[in-house]
Amino acid sequence: MQAAIAVEKLRKIYQPKARKGVEVKALDCISFEVPRGEFFGLLGPNGAGKTTTIGILTTRVRPTDGFATIAGIDVARNAVAVKRHIGVVPQMNNLDRSLTAREILVFHAEYFGVPRHEREAKAQELLQRFELTDRANEKVTGYSGGMVQRLKIARALMHDPAILFLDEPTTGLDPQARRAMWDLLSELNAKGQTIFLTTHYMEEADQLCRQIAIIDHGTLLALDSPAALKRSVPGGYLIELQVRDGDARSFTSALPNLPGVVEVKSDHERVRIYADRVEGLLANAMRLASEHDVMVSDAHVAEPSLENLFLHLTGRSLRN
Amino acid sequence: MTTTFLALLHRDLRVARRELPFFLLRVGLQPLLFTFIFGFVMPRLGIIPRGYTNMFLPGILGLSMTLSSMQAVALPLVIDLGWTKEIEDRLLAPITISGVAIEKMVVGILQAIVAGIVVLPLAWLLMRVHLSLRIDDVIQLLLVAFLSSWLFAAFGLVLGTIVETQQIGLVFNILLAPMIFFGCAYYPWATLHAIRWFQIAVLINPLVYASEGFRLSLTPQMPHMPPWSVYGGLSGFSLLFSWIGLRNFERRALD
Repeated sequence: MQAAIAVEKLRKIYQPKARKGVEVKALDCISFEVPRGEFFGLLGPNGAGKTTTIGILTTRVRPTDGFATIAGIDVARNAVAVKRHIGVVPQMNNLDRSLTAREILVFHAEYFGVPRHEREAKAQELLQRFELTDRANEKVTGYSGGMVQRLKIARALMHDPAILFLDEPTTGLDPQARRAMWDLLSELNAKGQTIFLTTHYMEEADQLCRQIAIIDHGTLLALDSPAALKRSVPGGYLIELQVRDGDARSFTSALPNLPGVVEVKSDHERVRIYADRVEGLLANAMRLASEHDVMVSDAHVAEPSLENLFLHLTGRSLRN
Repeated sequence: MTTTFLALLHRDLRVARRELPFFLLRVGLQPLLFTFIFGFVMPRLGIIPRGYTNMFLPGILGLSMTLSSMQAVALPLVIDLGWTKEIEDRLLAPITISGVAIEKMVVGILQAIVAGIVVLPLAWLLMRVHLSLRIDDVIQLLLVAFLSSWLFAAFGLVLGTIVETQQIGLVFNILLAPMIFFGCAYYPWATLHAIRWFQIAVLINPLVYASEGFRLSLTPQMPHMPPWSVYGGLSGFSLLFSWIGLRNFERRALD
């Protein structure tokens, strides 16, 4: 079966806007495929190239090189046909402030040629489903963040798109609204909706997506199911130590001999120990530290997670 | 494609209809005050001769239509492109990027026509006593009205795509005042031969062709620019601004 999204060797370089500006390489040769019905997540820190990828796939950004197709249609060559297949929930609130919530939905469907009685019924249905009926006839200027987000999703669904794109859908939402958004998206996907989502929240990608692509500095670092990605971290567990004084170098070179340790990485005063089991390991590491007169000022044990994987792949934390 | 175009138009007209009272106030106020002072008060005081209002009517009509057209396109675009990004919704509709821009120009032209329909009878009612209008050629009037509205809708598209949100007030003030004063709205271009360099310099002002076009079709007995230069100027500037505006719009809409 034809992939819903296919991306091949996609590159994007933004030309400088000002005369003395610099070129920005946003995407560097990324390739991936998303089958129909998939819940696909693009995970990476801010500035990794997530919004550029979604921009190219939704016809708003022109690729510098390589190509991308939606339902087999080239996004750069036939943008109008691609637009019929996609629903887009952008990161910022771009709801039409001159219209009421209901009008936003109805007009959106009208742009896509949905017949009048159908678009009115569909708007009513989505307003109810997303709990927006009470304030459906108001303009959206007074809407809360969660309501804006729900209305943006409802709008994107008005023309029954084959693929739903969401750019950081829960950024700026409170925990309760985020949880509600997760439920909503899972429910949509369970009904067969193909979803492509970008996020910089690991737990979001972990909870929702069946396939995750990890992206940083415009390159694809890993692509797999959340479980497989977590398994790919050496050992799975991570012990992070903040060290001072003493002979740190000989301490870190002695660490790999401890039982359970798979890999040790150190960076100034921070030592990361990847291990396949943690029982007794922290105590052993502490003892080893005191033998080398190294003072441990902070210690942290983490379960296998995407955060650990990202840290392992890039040496940086996704949170920073 | 046509369905989407009509839907976009439907959206803009719905919003415009909602703002109709403000729109009427905006287009109606200036000609109302102008005709009152120049068409009624000053002739009564004997400061200007009665027939003088003939000279004003075409200019006032032209100004109302062109400014309406320009504002209808430029103002929402500057805000949409630079700040709220609301237009993204329409850029994702199944229509080409230039289709969205052309729709904006059509809205500008329609608003200008509504402004003309309001201003012409209003001005005429107020100045009726002194006017000796000969509308010889209604087709000529419609043609001039259409071309002038299109020209300024396209000019609005150019402004809307190059001006930053923070500068909009400044640009409008700096641009509009000289354009209006040097636009032959209040004096016929033909009479400027007394100041030859000025007569030639104002030709770069697109408003001159609109004012002269309305003068040509509403008060042909008054001195006016030859028809070929009126139509040449109007269509030349319309095409030029449409081309620049569409190109800029595409550049702003896509990264």
